[in-house]
Amino acid sequence: MKRKKLMEKGMQGVFFISALASIIAVALICIFMFARGVPAIAEIGVFDFLGGTSWKPTDVPPSFGILPMIVGSLYVTAGAILVGVPIGLLCAIFMARFCPAWLYKFLKPMVNLLAGIPSIIYGFFGVVVMVPFVREHIGGPGKSILTASLLLGIMILPTVIGISESALRAVPDMYYEGSLALGATHERTCFKVIFPAARSGVLAAVVLGIGRAIGETMAVIMIAGNQPRLTADILQGIRTMTANIVLEMGYSEGLHQEALIATGVVLFVFILILNFSLSALQNRKKEA
Amino acid sequence: MKTAVNKFRDGFRARLRHPFSLLAFLLVWAAMLLTVAILAFIVIHILVNGIPYLTPSLFEWEYTSDNCSVVFAIINTLNIVGMALLIGVPIGIFAAIYLVEYAKRGNRVVRIIRLTTETLSGIPSIVYGLFGFIFFNNALGWGYSMMSGSFTVGIMILPLVIRSTEEALKSVPDSFREGSFGLGAGKLRTVFRVVLPSAIPGILAGIILAIGRVVGETAALIFTAGSITKVASGLFGAGRTLAIHMYLLSNEGLHVNESYATAVVLLVTVLLINLLASFVAKKLQKKF
Amino acid sequence: MNTKIDVKNVDLFYGDFKALKNINMSFKEKEITALIGPSGCGKSTLLKSINRMNDLVEGCRVTGSITLDGKDVYKDVDVTELRKRVGMVFQKPNPFPMSIYDNVAYGPRTHGIRKKSALDELVEQSLKGAAIWDECKDRLKKSALGLSGGQQQRLCIARALAVHPEVILMDEPTSALDPISTLKIEDLMSELKEQYTVIIVTHNMQQAARISDKTAFFLLGELIEMGDTEEIFSNPKEQKTEEYITGRFG
Repeated sequence: MKRKKLMEKGMQGVFFISALASIIAVALICIFMFARGVPAIAEIGVFDFLGGTSWKPTDVPPSFGILPMIVGSLYVTAGAILVGVPIGLLCAIFMARFCPAWLYKFLKPMVNLLAGIPSIIYGFFGVVVMVPFVREHIGGPGKSILTASLLLGIMILPTVIGISESALRAVPDMYYEGSLALGATHERTCFKVIFPAARSGVLAAVVLGIGRAIGETMAVIMIAGNQPRLTADILQGIRTMTANIVLEMGYSEGLHQEALIATGVVLFVFILILNFSLSALQNRKKEA
Repeated sequence: MKTAVNKFRDGFRARLRHPFSLLAFLLVWAAMLLTVAILAFIVIHILVNGIPYLTPSLFEWEYTSDNCSVVFAIINTLNIVGMALLIGVPIGIFAAIYLVEYAKRGNRVVRIIRLTTETLSGIPSIVYGLFGFIFFNNALGWGYSMMSGSFTVGIMILPLVIRSTEEALKSVPDSFREGSFGLGAGKLRTVFRVVLPSAIPGILAGIILAIGRVVGETAALIFTAGSITKVASGLFGAGRTLAIHMYLLSNEGLHVNESYATAVVLLVTVLLINLLASFVAKKLQKKF
Repeated sequence: MNTKIDVKNVDLFYGDFKALKNINMSFKEKEITALIGPSGCGKSTLLKSINRMNDLVEGCRVTGSITLDGKDVYKDVDVTELRKRVGMVFQKPNPFPMSIYDNVAYGPRTHGIRKKSALDELVEQSLKGAAIWDECKDRLKKSALGLSGGQQQRLCIARALAVHPEVILMDEPTSALDPISTLKIEDLMSELKEQYTVIIVTHNMQQAARISDKTAFFLLGELIEMGDTEEIFSNPKEQKTEEYITGRFG
């Protein structure tokens, strides 16, 4: 009897410690990223690092300005949102409120597949299909902000669709009936009543889409051109923060490597801000 | 198919009187068709261009830069998948058991656990990769190795396992638990003999998705598992996985056909894994 | 008085289940007709088949004819036009999760009214018509979900009035409300009948007796008896009606 009790207590302890793993992991990631990245930022100087427009890590003396990469990440993320969010939301409305049941059976797994395709496959597809297409039919070298935005827009589709679809489904039927009873059509009801009623879920979908786009690495690296420069021409290439890390990590050393880790820290902070605003959003929703 | 066409035509006619509704109707259908078309295009393009190059030489035991064999990369991938599951799955399942079966509602620790789990799922792979490089490779001194790689992705799949297990446990009706308690069984026995077995399909679906995620992962592994072109020599040996191989191969630009073929192997694997996951998940829905 | 709605030989099926059996009745203009009967007797079903809300139910089929001003609502009238002319108030207040103003303006906007001044006027008129203007004129831009249950229901009535319907269907509009709110809505109904044809489903027989001109009693999908409310409550012709009214079953 006593042994049984001990076992119960013991296993409960094991479960609890396992549950703490998330906290430990996040703590470790924060500690080690900041411990390696922050000193580098301090050495380079916060303004020279975040605001510097020139990234020449192997020059003598080297310069480590990541502003072009920050702007690059923001460019392609904004582009991805412009491409992916409208299509994704329309698709979510279709799946939640228009889709006949038999079609849904195929569509839902398809959207899941879209989420399951590895970044590297998207990147490869971008290189062999989209880059030549953009080069020949739209202009520029092909590896560009535009191409990256289009591809990232496709890649965030499943995130945007999945989250906003469930938000749209969660809207009570009585809103739907109330609107129809006023003589509104099905479409008008979906766009003017159900969609606004689901807005906090839709916003969450967009925030998660931003997170996915800004953190995307392998696909972007293959099609964005990777030139660390400031440009406003969407047909020219740029380099994102993520690409900066992967491109140079392999051969970097010393302060150069630290600066790359610091780039990761900046990216990490972006993601943390997104995450916290998301959970703030969800908490506000609970209170309302 | 015919019913779909009819339905579309009827819908179109009925909306001719309401321009807004007609536009909305056309937009949601167009968004859905576009999404499906993109998915189909990516998959078909890669299959059509890759399958002809699935030659026996691609699967020769020894890798040379002529045959571009993928066998070593597949073995490394399996190795990493297996170890990552060994790390991530038990911890993830135990954590979910704690959260669903033991934790009190509104507990502060639980809130932090949830917040950090959310955070983990939002962190981009490249940040995991950097962390793994700093922590496992450098701080723990494991270097480029299967160990570093699988620990890194083991943490990465943790939120996925926790969340799907949580969902699966929550879907087990309380009457099951009450029935078991009513027979005098303890909590531990109830969890392991009654709740967990009923939740297996949902948990399994989550694990399968986690496998898919690891198989397709590149950015988190390239600086932890390394990019050597051979089968890793033991746990502390380095070696590239299939996805890394795919990236480096296509980046060289010398082996486009082999890249396509490798993409086919990777894509088909991931697609099958995803189909399996949704098949297993469907089993769950039928049960209750 | 003219017949507004005419129901002829109506059978209604949910799949194989016959929910209405050969219903024949007519509703007069500017009168309140109460539909009473035990749960599941088909009174709500009949109500919803008048503005075709039953279209939303899968496998629902109607035979016979229901006409509005002589036109068959299933054949000769566009469904959105029909629902504009036949407004509905639901059992549970269902204001949309938007501001009070936008709730009332939703219907007119749906039917093409865009001008701010016209909308402002309509909103005021409708809220006054639903006897809720004084309570919410200072918070028109606030969320409708902040109103009390009774206020929400009157807002829903205002929302229905804003599209200038000819008929208002009410599906147990007070069953989710407290007695005071119920009283306010009953008062409102007597005012509404000056302009509108009202059909109300109710479980509450005192309510039917208090407010309606005509009463129809349903049982198991059949119309047992219909007549002047006074007549039905004081001197019913059918024994089943009498048993129900005097509370012997129900």
